[in-house]
Amino acid sequence: MLNAVKRDIPEALLAGRTGYQGKYAKDGQSLHKAAPTITQALKPQKSKLADSLKAACEACGAHDGMTFSFHTEYRNGDKVAAMAAKVLIEDLGLKDITVAATSLGDAQANMAQYIKNGQITGVQTSGVRGVIGEAISAGELQTPAIIRSHGGRPRAIAAGEVHIDIAFLAAASSDAFGNASGIRGKNNCGSMGFAIDDAHYADHVIVVTDTLVDFPNVPAAINGVDVDAVCVVDQVGDPSKIATKEARMTQDPRELMMAQAVAKVIAASPDFKDGFSFQTGVGGPSLAVNRYLEQYMTQRQIKMSFALGGTSKAICDLQDKGLVNYILDTQDFDQGAVAHFATHPNHLECSLDQYASPANKGAFVNNLDFVVLSALEVDVDFNVNVVTGSDGVLRGAPGGHPDTAAGSKCCIIVTPLTRGRMPTVCDAVVTVTTPGDSVDVVVTDYGIAVNPQRQDIIAQLDAANIAHTTIEALRDKAYALVGTPAPLEWQKRVVAVVEGRDGSIVDVVRQVKPFAF
Amino acid sequence: MQIKHEAIAGTLESSDAQVTVRPAPELSLHISSSVLNQYGRQIKAVAEQTLKRLAVERGTIEIVDKGALDCTLKARIEAAIYRSADQSAAGIAWEVLA
Repeated sequence: MLNAVKRDIPEALLAGRTGYQGKYAKDGQSLHKAAPTITQALKPQKSKLADSLKAACEACGAHDGMTFSFHTEYRNGDKVAAMAAKVLIEDLGLKDITVAATSLGDAQANMAQYIKNGQITGVQTSGVRGVIGEAISAGELQTPAIIRSHGGRPRAIAAGEVHIDIAFLAAASSDAFGNASGIRGKNNCGSMGFAIDDAHYADHVIVVTDTLVDFPNVPAAINGVDVDAVCVVDQVGDPSKIATKEARMTQDPRELMMAQAVAKVIAASPDFKDGFSFQTGVGGPSLAVNRYLEQYMTQRQIKMSFALGGTSKAICDLQDKGLVNYILDTQDFDQGAVAHFATHPNHLECSLDQYASPANKGAFVNNLDFVVLSALEVDVDFNVNVVTGSDGVLRGAPGGHPDTAAGSKCCIIVTPLTRGRMPTVCDAVVTVTTPGDSVDVVVTDYGIAVNPQRQDIIAQLDAANIAHTTIEALRDKAYALVGTPAPLEWQKRVVAVVEGRDGSIVDVVRQVKPFAF
Repeated sequence: MQIKHEAIAGTLESSDAQVTVRPAPELSLHISSSVLNQYGRQIKAVAEQTLKRLAVERGTIEIVDKGALDCTLKARIEAAIYRSADQSAAGIAWEVLA
């Protein structure tokens, strides 16, 4: 059946659910939330320390067919997820395991082998890169992976579609009761926003830390009342691997030019006024928007009420200059942001549920004026792909992309028109991750296109003398430069389902057919 | 043209292609590319046209493409062939390259 973004969803996957029907199709619907089954603790107790991670798993009833979760705030430096998977699968010999991750990358590379061995049989994640993405794309996983946005994940957990048996939560510091934090430790990750909802919904919670501190470790991201056991290890993560090269301020003149154009579009909006709110990703041009926005804010003597989402040093610097009242932080992208989170009183932790879930009474994204996002591809219907590479292999993360796009008043995609030979603006994206009805403006190095459903923005740009064109003209320019790409060829098998933030199915990823001339 | 000895042109930088040609009794073309799925057939067509225009009938042609545009591919193939025929310093048939 074709859904609202014209993707053919196999009937078998639609049992008990719908294809994507539009960004607000489920607004106003009622939802009965799930709840965990916990083990009550009534006796006097001094500590929840476990002798080992294995002992903690046994005490928490680890079993075949279970689902475990973890957060990835240590990004590429994470050690706990791989450690937990090894204990469950190698030390305890468990099988038929489902992974419920906030992301998967090289730090969890051991899971690729467990997938190939058939020990991990289910994967649900908000991002997948590296060898795990390759394994899933090659059809090694027994069931289709489910890709959810950062808001879609807490929705699925709250709706009981994912039931977490054990959450392994890496913490920079914890007391022996499990009051845990992303700061005050040897290896800090800053915000633990990705972990908070898991602590509320998992049957069992194991805090893993390398810095045990005196009770009470407050303020805590993870509250000890939700924690079964605390496990001390040598190192929870390597913070120097939190920042990837993406999180640096670009010097590339092409990217700076695009960032400048984005800032101009924002400055032309009537919503760019004192108290506006803003979010940006960490791609080169999106990060650089902060720099140009600052000039407009100073000129017009206006301040930002809050900056939302993943946080980099660039936005912290704006707060230090007095231009941003609050930073509501789900994850820190670099060491500067981690340090700032630990010290600035108005740089606050924000859970994924608060941030972006559609399964609550209004997430922060709904209160967002502008969001600036990058893309691997955008098509002429303004659909965005951030999940599959040009070869059709899973290598990306929706993160909060679909959530902020749908919640904000104005979603701006910034991307070069071509990357090497690949056209970024195209006829149809490989995989729809953010539906075009949530995307308002596309800024490239060859021009700006506005979604025709936003005639108000078109009028604003015209009034400000900002040149713009159509998305079709951008596609034509891209194809003229690099040639028209041949469509990818697929096998029948579905290797991943891209779930919309509201639980509908936006698209599926099939196994790629090996290329033959 | 005749491929007299091994020759190479181009780099493995993004948006370039490295072309290596060697003498061989039969003509064979080997293509690997970072954009094989979308542009593999187009790369092959450009290579075949270029070889035909230069009247290359024998030799092994290896293209390692890193997302080069057609014009770049064509230039790298031509350079490798001319180098292999010791004609790259002098004797380029410019009228054939148009």
